[in-house]
Amino acid sequence: MSFARRTWAIVWKDVLVERRSKETVNAVLFFSVLLLFIFEFTLGADRERLAAVLPGLLWLGVLLAGLLGLGRTFVLERENDCWEALLLTPGDKGAVYVGKLCGNLLLMALVEVVMVTLFALFMNVEIGRAMPGLLLVLALGTLGIAAIGTLFGAMTAHVRARELLFPVLLLPVLVPVLLATVKATEALLLGEPLAAVSHWLKLLGAADVIYVVTGLLVFDVVLEG
Amino acid sequence: MSDPLIHIEGLRKAYGTTLVLDGLDLVVRGGEAVGLLGPNGAGKTTLLKILATIARPTRGAARVAGYDCAREAERVRGAVGVVAHGAHVYDDLTALENLTFWTRFASMGTSTDTLLAALSELDLEECADVRVRTFSAGMKRRLSLARLWLQQPRVLLLDEPFSGLDQRARKWLEQYLQAFATGGGAILMATHAFGRELDVVGRIVILANGRIVLDAPRDTLHGDEIHRLYALHTEDAS
Repeated sequence: MSFARRTWAIVWKDVLVERRSKETVNAVLFFSVLLLFIFEFTLGADRERLAAVLPGLLWLGVLLAGLLGLGRTFVLERENDCWEALLLTPGDKGAVYVGKLCGNLLLMALVEVVMVTLFALFMNVEIGRAMPGLLLVLALGTLGIAAIGTLFGAMTAHVRARELLFPVLLLPVLVPVLLATVKATEALLLGEPLAAVSHWLKLLGAADVIYVVTGLLVFDVVLEG
Repeated sequence: MSDPLIHIEGLRKAYGTTLVLDGLDLVVRGGEAVGLLGPNGAGKTTLLKILATIARPTRGAARVAGYDCAREAERVRGAVGVVAHGAHVYDDLTALENLTFWTRFASMGTSTDTLLAALSELDLEECADVRVRTFSAGMKRRLSLARLWLQQPRVLLLDEPFSGLDQRARKWLEQYLQAFATGGGAILMATHAFGRELDVVGRIVILANGRIVLDAPRDTLHGDEIHRLYALHTEDAS
């Protein structure tokens, strides 16, 4: 119960701070919409070409927007040395990791709702039938990206060149997640049933478990510096 | 004589080739308040960070409230109250929300009335719903003291706790520290000031180049003697 309460305290605080400052949400949403316009102008109205590249573009958008938010996860804790106070408060530090992860999942979910809606509208793509499967892929993919992104966000929070180092560390580790999400999204948008992408979903599930467990196990060490 | 709440033996700390603490020995017992003086870079903050378990010693041992700072960090954290350079507050939360967050995160289950009482202690009750972003440095320091007031530590580790405080808050802190020591707690306070701040301590330790160069009861040092000894030892050391 104590772990859940501590986790909730982190989520409550981060959401409240973000609701007031809107620093990350504004930047990430603006960036997502900007990406969408660039894609739209680049690809034009060629539906065949669009169908071929759409899954990649969707996940590229989610990933790039996510990178902005995930990289800033622990920047807030540098304010007035709050990182030090988190460390000094006795109790399981895994709650900080899970709390930050939940905050990142909320942020990425918001980005995805906006992106998927705008993709469907601007690019005139029919996604209604594929939606249940797509939601599952989005949920599993987002968890994977957020789980490892939250951990690397903590690892690079005190590094001077963190804006450079964060994506350089994160992207290679995310290859299995990106591969599985793009392939599964492509198949679902082409009308294939969920069962046809079950191998990709299993890979996503396994990656999620590994990333979350790794995050929980090593977060104490990361926080201690 | 009461048990030592801070026990340091042969403590060394090096950052690369730079030696910051060089074989420190120090004992602070329950009911004792020790003032830690020294020039910039003498190792005062590093010593407090090791005792608070934020930094690890290179060699030697440090025990706080009977627990080893390196091996039993979580237990040490449960026993210490820390006032550091940073105020440990979030600028986009109000004063009350900051206290709510930290007490929830520490699983303290403190009621809102108690949180308001803590703010009232530090004359911040009218700012309870004001965002900390608008606070002065002194008000942020008072808010971090309100947090300290809510804790029940056995040992206080204070780094320039009077910095930025107005006269009223200084008086409050003096009284709080005196009551804390009278109640059996141990205080280690790093400071650059030689004024009224030192009235709350019973012992003065001067640190220079990572070594203790003077350890004397406060009441044996009168008038300008602290200044004279400080200048003598720190100039010698440099």
